[in-house]
Amino acid sequence: MLDTLLPILIFAALALAAVGAVRRIRLWRQGRPSPVPVLRGLATVPRRYLVDLHHVVARDKVMSNTHVATAGGFVAAMGLAIVVHGLGLAEGVLGWLLLAVSATMFAGSLFVARRRRDPPARLSKGPWMRLPKSLMAFSLGIFVVTLPAVGVLPADAGGWLVALVLAGVVAWGLAELVFGMTWGGPMKHAFAGALHLAFHRRPERFSTKKGSGGNRSTGLKALDLEDDQAPLGVETPSDFTWNQLLGFDACVQCGRCEAVCPAFAAGQPLNPKKLIQDMVVGMAGGSDAHYAGSPYPSPERGDQPVGEHQGSPHGPIVAPASTKDGKALVDAETLWSCTTCRACVEECPMMIEHVDAIVDMRRHLTLEEGATPGKGAEVIDNLIATDNPGGFDPGGRLNWAADLELPLMADVERAEVLLWLGDGVFDMRNQRTLRALVKVLRAAGVDFAVLGNEERDSGDVARRLGDEATFQSLARRNIATLSQYRFDCIVTCDPHSFHVLKNEYGAFYPEGQESGYPVWHHSTFINQLIEAGRLRLAPGQAARVTYHDPCYLGRYNGEYEAPRAVLQALGVELVEMQRSGYRSRCCGGGGGAPVTDIPGKQRIPDMRMGDVRETQAEQVVVGCPQCTAMFEGVVPSAGDEEVAVKDIAEMVAAALDTTPEAAPAPRDASTAQATEEVMS
Amino acid sequence: MQPESAMTPGLEVTVLVSVGRHPLTGRARRADQDARGVELARSFADAQVRLLHAGMRDESSEAALRGYLGMGFTELSLLEQPQGADVLPALAEALDATSPHLVITGERAERGEGSGLLPYLLAERLGWPLVSGLAAVESVEDGVATLLQALPRGQRRRLKVRLPAIVTVDDAAPAPRQSAYGPARRGAFEATAGPVSVDDEWAAWHVQPARQRPKRLKIVKAASARDRFKAAAAKAEGGSGQVLTDVTPTQGAEAILTLLREEDVLR
Ligand code: SF4
Ligand code: SF4
Repeated sequence: MLDTLLPILIFAALALAAVGAVRRIRLWRQGRPSPVPVLRGLATVPRRYLVDLHHVVARDKVMSNTHVATAGGFVAAMGLAIVVHGLGLAEGVLGWLLLAVSATMFAGSLFVARRRRDPPARLSKGPWMRLPKSLMAFSLGIFVVTLPAVGVLPADAGGWLVALVLAGVVAWGLAELVFGMTWGGPMKHAFAGALHLAFHRRPERFSTKKGSGGNRSTGLKALDLEDDQAPLGVETPSDFTWNQLLGFDACVQCGRCEAVCPAFAAGQPLNPKKLIQDMVVGMAGGSDAHYAGSPYPSPERGDQPVGEHQGSPHGPIVAPASTKDGKALVDAETLWSCTTCRACVEECPMMIEHVDAIVDMRRHLTLEEGATPGKGAEVIDNLIATDNPGGFDPGGRLNWAADLELPLMADVERAEVLLWLGDGVFDMRNQRTLRALVKVLRAAGVDFAVLGNEERDSGDVARRLGDEATFQSLARRNIATLSQYRFDCIVTCDPHSFHVLKNEYGAFYPEGQESGYPVWHHSTFINQLIEAGRLRLAPGQAARVTYHDPCYLGRYNGEYEAPRAVLQALGVELVEMQRSGYRSRCCGGGGGAPVTDIPGKQRIPDMRMGDVRETQAEQVVVGCPQCTAMFEGVVPSAGDEEVAVKDIAEMVAAALDTTPEAAPAPRDASTAQATEEVMS
Repeated sequence: MQPESAMTPGLEVTVLVSVGRHPLTGRARRADQDARGVELARSFADAQVRLLHAGMRDESSEAALRGYLGMGFTELSLLEQPQGADVLPALAEALDATSPHLVITGERAERGEGSGLLPYLLAERLGWPLVSGLAAVESVEDGVATLLQALPRGQRRRLKVRLPAIVTVDDAAPAPRQSAYGPARRGAFEATAGPVSVDDEWAAWHVQPARQRPKRLKIVKAASARDRFKAAAAKAEGGSGQVLTDVTPTQGAEAILTLLREEDVLR
């Protein structure tokens, strides 16, 4: 009886899965076109899964082994079950193999069940809670029905009742695991995830056989502004490209992104996992009532209840301002809470690109609705009128350095290093960092020059606020300025400028030209100077410090080593925060978040300063003007020691060995004097 | 945004918009006061709002005018005028022809003569009433508008005005909304040629950047923080003024002249 039932069940499940797949693919195809190499993409799946995806999953050893056993076991068991039970070819080793893999899968599903017993808050509940049972049903069912096939049990063991029960168990497993995959059950992640790996919008993120392949692709994609009639940004779910929609559908609701999101922890109305799920809801049409994970926090109500929001593929994601108190799929505050720290993207095992999606939607709000919140509109207007976000006189960019006699590119036309100062020139705190950096460069005898008043804001804030037009205008004008001069590299103490110059300007060079020069963060450059023996440091600063990795230096550009090497050369004692390196927690200063200023229960910099205090360090070393400003804005609570915030350049400048025989001869008297003042 | 108020449906409003000039960089932009005027007009429910600009059309002025389109308009009427022309006749004729109920404009332009006289000359020419320093339009019923005029230090005066009328706005009016890039660049200019009257006098003028005038220092002798706060919050320059009532125009003019001499404005 099973002999007739099983092939019917298996092939029915496969047929239903095929129908579901077509329907699911139709949902994705509602998105905008985005050409991909189909066959080559599909061919990369095993490698991208086994190497790149596993690299992320393996950060949680138990889960990674569980997944290998369960998923590997399932794929093998399903393949073999088709052959053994579907086609009835149980001869020889095949049946035994099937027994082995279904047993492995069963073992894996026990671990899945164990994790689901007392699941952490970041995991979604709902249908996900039945998944371990379904996995067991499938593996156990297949195991038992295979026993007669290999001859361990007689074919008619147990009679028709047992056979019927077994068939029911197998049917349940097949329903969840095979056609549930394409009909929107928890196993959807496997189907969508595999295709998402194949057709990922950022293929550069993945390793290749030839080697690392960079594994980093963090620059935002340019928005095409050529067609002046086209609506800009993403207004409705169908305005995403189809492979972005596919990516959202791949989410396994593991909540790793939620666990690391600083905005979520601060009680701002953002949860990256919920956001991705909302996009899935929008793509399919409906309300978010079935979402079974942590909701968006709400400063007033604690949590935003689910079921209040709904969307459709061609309906707006954010309710337009004209519909008063209107709710659509997502509230605008959710999108504006993000600091673009990329912690979520770094942790996501499904390689989903949250930041791209958020910026795409912000582009619509800013460019089409004119709805940048808080001081956002003012900052953008300033950038348009004065080329800096503070609205300062662009002719005063070098006022802070009136006594330093910095060589201007306009005069010298070529230099070893172009020192990109950034908008910190208008900020008194950052001016101290810049003076320190100049002192260090002079001590090492570096031939550098600055653009002075020819420099403009890099466009970073404008772009993260969604104003691609202003970003592109700033980028093009900066590029035109840069192309007038000859230099070997650009050095900057602002990781945001660093990222934009290094990773985002490339797309805006006029045809036939390219950037063709390296860009270094000052920590990297100073480390090079130390390694080359160009800096003499007086060791013995007996300080206990901790180092905060800026998001735009670390996760965006992978530079974790150089600042630590510099600190080591200084001889200070470095204590790491619990969340450091690629897991560093954002200071709250990125993505225009301080400008849009969405309220939460607490402030992100306060939380990060709490991390700093845990280490009992006397100083926190930073490498970013934003981080400096955010940390110095933290008011210590009563009884807490004040923790000094120092830029790495200031640390190095203070440690310079200025004894006469050690110092390279200053080039002229004014230089020596200028550097004196930086000491204080 | 303004609270929606009782409005006669189909109220026709024309906002006169000019090309502004950023005070630090001199870049062309939407003029701040005019943009406030547009914002005011946008707050009327069911009004038909038309943007009108008279002036030269070139790349930079077009970019600046698009700033108004980005506040949610699909078109802007443009009376093309050569550089240095007196736009008064063209505007008067255009307003006469379209006869809107309400004309809103900024107090003074950010470039050109910037005397702030245009609204008054226009009102004189059209024979319409003019209200300056508008903070809000409360309602329009049966051809009469109830307006809220801004006075110094946050005071408001309620006025009733028979339409058609010209109103001007200054910094007391609500701040303009953000100009969105997409609608701004999709918006269209509907250009018409108006009568041109060349301003010979203006052409002969010599224009140079203003020198910053010395500021009278406010010397505060305060012993406590409370005194300092009171001094900072006190009315500016109270006490030394004089109120002239029932004087002849000549007497009034003489009083003004004397003051200007005292202040070294005239020597
Ligand atoms: S980028 Fe950072 S702030 Fe934004 S959603 Fe991801 S984790 Fe949260
Ligand atoms: S978006 Fe990625 S990290 Fe977040 S829940 Fe989904 S799969 Fe997990």
